[in-house]
Amino acid sequence: MNVSRFSWFNLTSLIIAFSFLYLPILLLILFSFNASKLVTVWGGFSTKWYVSLFQNEMFMTAAWVTLKVAVVSATLATILGTMAAIVLTRVGRFRGRLLFSGMVYSPLVMPEVITGLALLLLFVAIGLDRGYWTITLAHTTLTMCFVTVVVSSRLVSFDKSLEEAALDLGCTKLSAFFQVTFPIILPAIIAGWLLAFTLSLDDLVIASFTSGPGSTTLPMKIYSQVRLGLNPEINALSTLLILLVSVGVIIASLVSKRAEEQNV
Amino acid sequence: MQRQFDWGRFLLIAIPFLWLLIFFLLPFAIVVKISLSDTANALPPYVPTLNLSEGWSGITSFFSQLDLESFAWLLDDKIYFLSYLNSLKIAFISTLLTLLIGYPMAYGLAKAPQRWRTVLLMLVILPFWTSFLIRVYAWIGILKPEGLLNMGLMSIGLIDQPLAIINTPTAVYIGIVYSYLPFLVLPLYATLEKLDQTLIEAALDLGCSPIQAFWKVTFPLSLPGVVAGCFLVFIPAMGEFVIPDLLGGSDTIMIGKTLWSEFFGNRDWPVASAVAVVLLLSLVVPIVIFQRIQERQREAEA
Repeated sequence: MNVSRFSWFNLTSLIIAFSFLYLPILLLILFSFNASKLVTVWGGFSTKWYVSLFQNEMFMTAAWVTLKVAVVSATLATILGTMAAIVLTRVGRFRGRLLFSGMVYSPLVMPEVITGLALLLLFVAIGLDRGYWTITLAHTTLTMCFVTVVVSSRLVSFDKSLEEAALDLGCTKLSAFFQVTFPIILPAIIAGWLLAFTLSLDDLVIASFTSGPGSTTLPMKIYSQVRLGLNPEINALSTLLILLVSVGVIIASLVSKRAEEQNV
Repeated sequence: MQRQFDWGRFLLIAIPFLWLLIFFLLPFAIVVKISLSDTANALPPYVPTLNLSEGWSGITSFFSQLDLESFAWLLDDKIYFLSYLNSLKIAFISTLLTLLIGYPMAYGLAKAPQRWRTVLLMLVILPFWTSFLIRVYAWIGILKPEGLLNMGLMSIGLIDQPLAIINTPTAVYIGIVYSYLPFLVLPLYATLEKLDQTLIEAALDLGCSPIQAFWKVTFPLSLPGVVAGCFLVFIPAMGEFVIPDLLGGSDTIMIGKTLWSEFFGNRDWPVASAVAVVLLLSLVVPIVIFQRIQERQREAEA
């Protein structure tokens, strides 16, 4: 029977779908090395846009703000998100559990314009000055939910009897967590942190709502440049970001795959 | 000992709970409140503001000043109704298009030889990690009148005048399908991969053609994945801002864009909040259905 065989039809649909996913990115990268200022006409190989990018102070300042926001918010989100994951998978029933899980999963599908507007109105209402910290708080809230999803799927899939054994052998809950559970879910926690970090790095809409004067993030800078028209410096910047993220994701998935193989 | 453990449990629940209450639920209450306020030439640009120092009379005067004026405004001006309708239409059509491209892709992935699968799955996930904004930007260079697509088509003689794609709804469809394809493919792949192959073999043994077997066995069994994937495309597409703004031009109105320009352009916070409330209400039904399906699947797996 050849139903389970990989057919020509399957191969063709994969090739078409993957070209659709990757051609635009490859073209973007290719044209970042274009000598011509016209972004769509090839004028020979050049790296001058990378040089002018690094000399552009606006981009460098924005990159620094973005990086600080991403590191701090991803770290906070990882702590809060891991706690929420443990609550959802290990704590059992408590008053308000339904509300809690609703609040954890809703930000995942909430349109960013609504989350951004809502958080801004909160910051105005409590009189918090908009800037670096408000973006960080907003990103923490958004990304902690993604961390919860990643970590709780790991918590659900691993053998609970290991934790129970540690408790039977006299561990307190806290030391059982740090000696048994934590090492096992560590790959998921790292993956969650990376996801939170890239989501924060990427975000335009929520950052635009919650930022104030002097705290422009890189996506906000890119957006305002793109609105003015195509710009080869943006191509160069995009190429660097894509490279950075791709290398990071590939390393992270190799690490977590090895860790999983050791655990199972 | 017992007391100490209770404290740990309490803090474990309370810290993320409080965080979400303050930074997720409270902001929505404020959105609703401001949607009932009036625009004012002040800082912040709305009245009334709650003044607790005036005691009870401050609270009552605060509530008496709330009204539905912003919502009446939404009904008055056709642009709001049109943007909701247009968002609905664009989200619906692009979800269908994503399914048309995503189903064969997920199917191909599920059929692919085991040793390729990890790499192929990684290739599906990777674009999700690279910046959304950059991926939308990449399409501007392709779809412009003097862009790569038109240049390519003209050089092979298929067309002799550039196609107008950018700044039309077509460009928005392309942008949404491109950006949200992984969201549909991943849950669909997860369902297709778990599918019991012997069922299809049985259908074939009983005289089905491969195509009949697909429609009678594979497709109905993959429906949970199809539904989950479609919601994951439809819900965010409804409120999308970046794609219609960069690819759709000024003629493509969508609700996310209207909210943005109401807030940043007109600085009318009450109307922007009213737009958000209506958008939220229109998404409550799909979001609740989506959560139900997710929960049912989690229970089925457990």
